[in-house]
Amino acid sequence: MSRNHRRRYASRGWLALMYLLTVIALIPLGLVLWFTILKGLPSVIHPQFFFNSELPPCEPRCPTVSDAGVGHAIVGTAIMVGLASLMAIPIGILGGIYLAEYAIARWSSWVRLAADVLVGTPSIAIGLFAYAFLVVPLHHFSAFSGSVALAVLMLPIVARTTEGAVALIPNGLRESGLALGLPRWRVSLQLILPAAAPGVITGGLLSVARAAGETAPLLFTAFGAHILEVDPNGPMQALPLTVFKYALLPYRSLQDQAWGAALVLIVFVLGINLASRFLLRRQIALAGQR
Amino acid sequence: MAASAETVQARVITARPPDRFRTTVAGVATIVPAVLVLIVITLAVQAWPSITHFGLGFLTSTSWDPASDEGPFGALPAIFGTVATSFLALALALPVGVAVAVLLAEPGHTTIRGVIGTGIELLAAIPSVVYGIWALYVLAPWSYEHLELPISDHAGFIGWLSSPAVRGLFNAALVLAVMILPTLTAISRDVVRAVPRGLKENAVALGATWWETTWHVILPSARAGIFGATILALGRALGETIAVTMVIGNAYVIPHSIFQPAYTLASVIANEFTEATGTLYPAALIELGLVLILVTLTVNIFALLLVRSTAAEVRRAA
Repeated sequence: MSRNHRRRYASRGWLALMYLLTVIALIPLGLVLWFTILKGLPSVIHPQFFFNSELPPCEPRCPTVSDAGVGHAIVGTAIMVGLASLMAIPIGILGGIYLAEYAIARWSSWVRLAADVLVGTPSIAIGLFAYAFLVVPLHHFSAFSGSVALAVLMLPIVARTTEGAVALIPNGLRESGLALGLPRWRVSLQLILPAAAPGVITGGLLSVARAAGETAPLLFTAFGAHILEVDPNGPMQALPLTVFKYALLPYRSLQDQAWGAALVLIVFVLGINLASRFLLRRQIALAGQR
Repeated sequence: MAASAETVQARVITARPPDRFRTTVAGVATIVPAVLVLIVITLAVQAWPSITHFGLGFLTSTSWDPASDEGPFGALPAIFGTVATSFLALALALPVGVAVAVLLAEPGHTTIRGVIGTGIELLAAIPSVVYGIWALYVLAPWSYEHLELPISDHAGFIGWLSSPAVRGLFNAALVLAVMILPTLTAISRDVVRAVPRGLKENAVALGATWWETTWHVILPSARAGIFGATILALGRALGETIAVTMVIGNAYVIPHSIFQPAYTLASVIANEFTEATGTLYPAALIELGLVLILVTLTVNIFALLLVRSTAAEVRRAA
């Protein structure tokens, strides 16, 4: 075999190895989805799973059809993520507009670095922060303190995606607005922001998905509850808390509820992610047309 | 007359209204760095009793005795577990991540690449706790039977490859590797893609094969950026809490084997904080959090600056 042959075969071999590694990288995604559906579906197919609250362990004699549910956790996650969104999304959008519209300002590069660092900050540390900041002074666990922790997580995501979307808008639109004599704030908020809306909404959606799946910031803020709680001033259950706490307990009936909650969570989160990818592609296509 | 001309000039400049919009949005944006600083300060204040009581010895002591409020408390086993799981996870994920990045950055086959790219990004979207329950019931038992037992059978005479266990450091690293893969891939792909096309075309024109181009031209010029991506992924691994807590086995010791139960900074806090009473015990736990956040802050800032400067360098070269 000539040297050139050897080189060509070696190249093909390495390419094949890289494809193999790529397949290996995708196997966990398939396995996580497969097992969550396989183990979660038996709980989720009963409609009351979405409305009832959890049941205590029924071992050793469990009914064939369970009345257990995660309704209280779904409501709790909705309330806490909703409150967090009210805090994080407006601030994040304004911050993102600053980052994009004044991109060359010295301060904006510091804000950008801080946002990227905050994205990588361990969520458990953010939970400790919310605990020290809200739970300690008020002397009780509360869903509100959980929302604040989630808002801290969401803020940099919203800001950075808003920045990306606003930066995509061509300068012509900005300049024509200013040429018409519009003040800067009207150009940014009434001209640029609507044009960047799909990208900004994407950022909001992605941050909601991220917050809905977080467990660590809620452990010692929202704490968890066994029944339906709607008062943000008291402890509250959330879907990730259900998964975390019941997966580790030695009762089959509780583990089933954990798998069911995991399935609800993963469908919600992946659904949002796929939807936002679609939105983002439209935004890029629109920007390309202009 | 010259003086009056100057006043006119000055008036024209000051007549421009101050950009109040800019001040407002800049103020709102400042909330982001402010929160970051506030987090560090708050944790430091809350950890103060432990910091003053144990001093620097906190970082090197291996004891952890919550039974009495006096402790003593030391962070070394948790620091060891955090570093060991993270680096093991990096070692497992790095070759895979770079391979995927190189393939994703190649031109052509856009549909296949789109599917692979979407798949990897969805991997990043799966909540930590879902990885945790999957690792606990599926990955860890499988790895125990098909990786740990055979390895310890053949290489068990090496101390740190002996005594397999379902929950332990190795299985925590395994699930961490899966979780940091998207970070590694996404940034490495962007860096590899940013390598100027001319470089690659020159190599091909000289008769280099695909592999020779990749190995001798593309990867070396993307090296600094891939290193940055690796450090960023390391930061993610260090701070990952829930999935690790569910499979690491929760033993506050420095294990003699990588398969044995251990603990990480984040998982000690997750498991013990709600039950911590007294003053020193919660303060010691918060000090663990402070150590964690200071380490991840340093790692992240270093990585971000590295990725940013490489991107700028490549842009200048191109």
